[in-house]
Amino acid sequence: MTASAPSGLKSVPDLLARNVAKHGTKAAYREKEFGIWQSWTWAEAAEEIDALAMGFLTLGADVGDHIAIAGRNRPALYWAMVAAQRIGCVPVPLYADAAAEEIAYALDHCGARYVVAGDQEQVDKIADVRDGLHALQHVVYLDGRGLRKYDHSHMTSYANLQEAGRKSGRIGEVNERSAARTYDDTSVMLYTSGTTGRPKGVVLSNRNVIETSKNSSEFDHLQPGDEVLAYLPMAWVGDFIFSIGQAMWTGFCVNCPESAETMHTDLREIGPTYFFAPPRVFEQQLTNVMIRMEDAGRFKKWLFDRCMAVGRRVGPALLDGEPVSQMDRFRYRLADWFAIGPLKNTLGLSRVRVGYTAGEAIGPEIFDFYRALGINLKQLYGQTEATVFITQQPDGEVRSDTVGVPSPGVELKIAENGEVFYRSPGVFVEYYKNAESTASTKDAEGWVATGDAGFIEEGTGHLRIIDRAKDVGKMADGRLFAPKYVENKLKFYPDILEAVVFGAGRDYCTAFINIDLTAVGNWAERNNIAYSSYQELSQHPRVLDTIQAHVAEVNKSVAADEMLAGCQVHRFLVLHKELDADDGEMTRTRKVRRAVIAEKFSDLIAALYSDKGEIYTETEVTYEDGRKGKIKATLELRDAAVTAEQQQVAAE
Amino acid sequence: MKDIIEPYVTPDGRTIGGVLMDMRNITLRFGGVEAIKDISLDIREGEIRAIIGPNGAGKSSMLNVISGFYNPQEGEVWFRGEERPPMKPYQVARLGIARTFQNIALFEGMTVLDNIMTGRLTHMKSGMFWQAIWAGRAETEEVHNREIVERIIDFLEIQAIRKTPVGRLPYGLKKRVELARALAAEPKLLLLDEPMAGMNVEEKEDMSRFILDVNDEFGTTIALIEHDMGVVMDLSDRVVVMDYGRKIGDGTPDEVRNNEQVIDAYLGVAHD
Repeated sequence: MTASAPSGLKSVPDLLARNVAKHGTKAAYREKEFGIWQSWTWAEAAEEIDALAMGFLTLGADVGDHIAIAGRNRPALYWAMVAAQRIGCVPVPLYADAAAEEIAYALDHCGARYVVAGDQEQVDKIADVRDGLHALQHVVYLDGRGLRKYDHSHMTSYANLQEAGRKSGRIGEVNERSAARTYDDTSVMLYTSGTTGRPKGVVLSNRNVIETSKNSSEFDHLQPGDEVLAYLPMAWVGDFIFSIGQAMWTGFCVNCPESAETMHTDLREIGPTYFFAPPRVFEQQLTNVMIRMEDAGRFKKWLFDRCMAVGRRVGPALLDGEPVSQMDRFRYRLADWFAIGPLKNTLGLSRVRVGYTAGEAIGPEIFDFYRALGINLKQLYGQTEATVFITQQPDGEVRSDTVGVPSPGVELKIAENGEVFYRSPGVFVEYYKNAESTASTKDAEGWVATGDAGFIEEGTGHLRIIDRAKDVGKMADGRLFAPKYVENKLKFYPDILEAVVFGAGRDYCTAFINIDLTAVGNWAERNNIAYSSYQELSQHPRVLDTIQAHVAEVNKSVAADEMLAGCQVHRFLVLHKELDADDGEMTRTRKVRRAVIAEKFSDLIAALYSDKGEIYTETEVTYEDGRKGKIKATLELRDAAVTAEQQQVAAE
Repeated sequence: MKDIIEPYVTPDGRTIGGVLMDMRNITLRFGGVEAIKDISLDIREGEIRAIIGPNGAGKSSMLNVISGFYNPQEGEVWFRGEERPPMKPYQVARLGIARTFQNIALFEGMTVLDNIMTGRLTHMKSGMFWQAIWAGRAETEEVHNREIVERIIDFLEIQAIRKTPVGRLPYGLKKRVELARALAAEPKLLLLDEPMAGMNVEEKEDMSRFILDVNDEFGTTIALIEHDMGVVMDLSDRVVVMDYGRKIGDGTPDEVRNNEQVIDAYLGVAHD
């Protein structure tokens, strides 16, 4: 734990300097703007960063100040983070889609003196809450559109600040501050998405960031020529490590899409070699492909099915380096020529050498689909507190039901209640201004509780996660209740976007289900089912029939696992609105907040545990602009077929 | 009401200049029907001017007179200090007047980008020969025009549909593309014929935002016709109210709102 920095590289700015010396003329950042990919070399990026760092000095930034960054992924905002580090400040990236109060909480908590905002939307949010923020001195904005008439006494454009910086010529001071940073100084502070309560500010040191980036880059043999697409929230630890940590360590190029909506087009144009996406992105892509294939001509459909069958059989084996007969190799090549190659190209995944998914369990069909295409899609398990990596799957040992072996430098242990603990060079320093939480999460020896329950599989040494430790509970009769396990099984159906299972302390389990509007809407269109709203579609009897069948199938598979057989869903309803982060029902990273949902929809839960056939409910919703409204609905409650449990349970 | 012609600055910091377009005693007839009866109105540089009125009041006819599509039987049209003789639509476009239509008039089979590029037509000077062999001025012109178009695409946030054929777009987006095409002409005066007709609340809000931004960022003078009273009152600097081809009110939204004649003829509901 006391090892010093590898070859004197003790902070992100040090890595930047090395990259300028080593790869100065290679592309470091690209961004699509005005329909054209603009690029910056390492040397150009360093110049921009220095100009901004000097600009911050002209504003009077002191060592240790917090500089918040809010906006979508853009090179200039990544530079702002490094510029802050250059002058000994702590960058604090914030979620671009966070509501004003959430931003206010973070800004107030870290006492940010400066904010770098992406555009008018972010500036407006900050303006709304500025009165309560005494530490906040200056807002720097990147895109000046619509801001011309704003009061500029405490506001500057990014370009103007850089210009002021260049004029000041205080590069010497920047270099001095940069050189004075130690391996244990704070590199970045990231707010957790907060599944429970207030978000916490996770402090990561240079050591955490550099060691983790080094280990993980080496694990996957990342190279300077690699390309990534930076499209996940900048406030998320993963993006920080992929787009700054690993990018700086390895010297690969970070590409920023034109806007959130153009992500898929941009993905295709860039063709990243290293790609990360949460399961829902892969799910969405697969759903889209399948919907489009349904619409294709009969010959094309036949060809696609044939090629995919070969792909499914041979693709994963080829990826894992298992022996494959010459004939199969030849078949796979043909399939690749006719369908798989073009499909990969359409998805923008032709060049992916290493692909990761994490955050939620991924359905086996989805996983197999991408593996069949010959995409080296792997799973990792991580946390903000671990600087991402806890476990990851090595090449050739990829399965959908595990999250892999411990990452380099990580030790694992499983507590008696099943909770997973880890210790690694990436373990966070502390929760900012929250010693109590720090102490309850990290013990004196550096072991950190993940809050997840799991076990290490015998033989392979792979970790398997069952559920959040605090969500794992007991049912009224003492049987194990692991909601996520069942929810994941439900969510593997393309029709089901989200599921929330209840049952702790009850006699049986029940579930809320959210339909996937894309998949179900398409199905409705195909079957001439008319609907005028999400709400109406969600309560359509035939939709309910389908979901009922899915639930019954899931019950069957849950019953097969004797430990969890009690988690079968006896009754369910399909929700009349999509669970949404704006309503507080989910985190910004789209994890369900059980407690909030249970409280908000307590009437529906009560109904599920009664013998009612339907229930009338009113729900408050928040629109994107912050206004509130109410939606009313009558929901149908249905019973699902339950598979008889094994005899031994009853015999207990 | 005597207009003050000196430039002034609005409370939100925009400069309203002198008279850009002056319609003097316009009368327009279709056979025996008088669509517009002796109306005078002016549009000042930098302002957002709305024309409102019940169905059949002659709003669209008025807009068509402004755009030069109809020639009034009586009256004069002055544009930038000169009297404008009867003109063909393309001549009007060259004067720097662009418009959108009540029922979208886009090229359905062409992509969004190509549609917006057509808005640049009046700014292309290279001849057919150079265009055909794609060399010299034709090429530099296209690059320049594409840049302007891309800025508009960025401005109106339609990057994601840049290459999508217009026919595949939903209504609200088509309206936005039409606005983009009108903007591509870099007009001095932008005419919007019911820019928010048939839109839902969210689309209306977006459109209002864009109209304000266009006016603010590019300093474009905008004349618009709109049914939605809320939108009109919030957006415009001055409002003309028409009824049965006559002008029954003209002034700031507040003045118009309190004008008895307007309340009687149009709003009615507030007069209980």
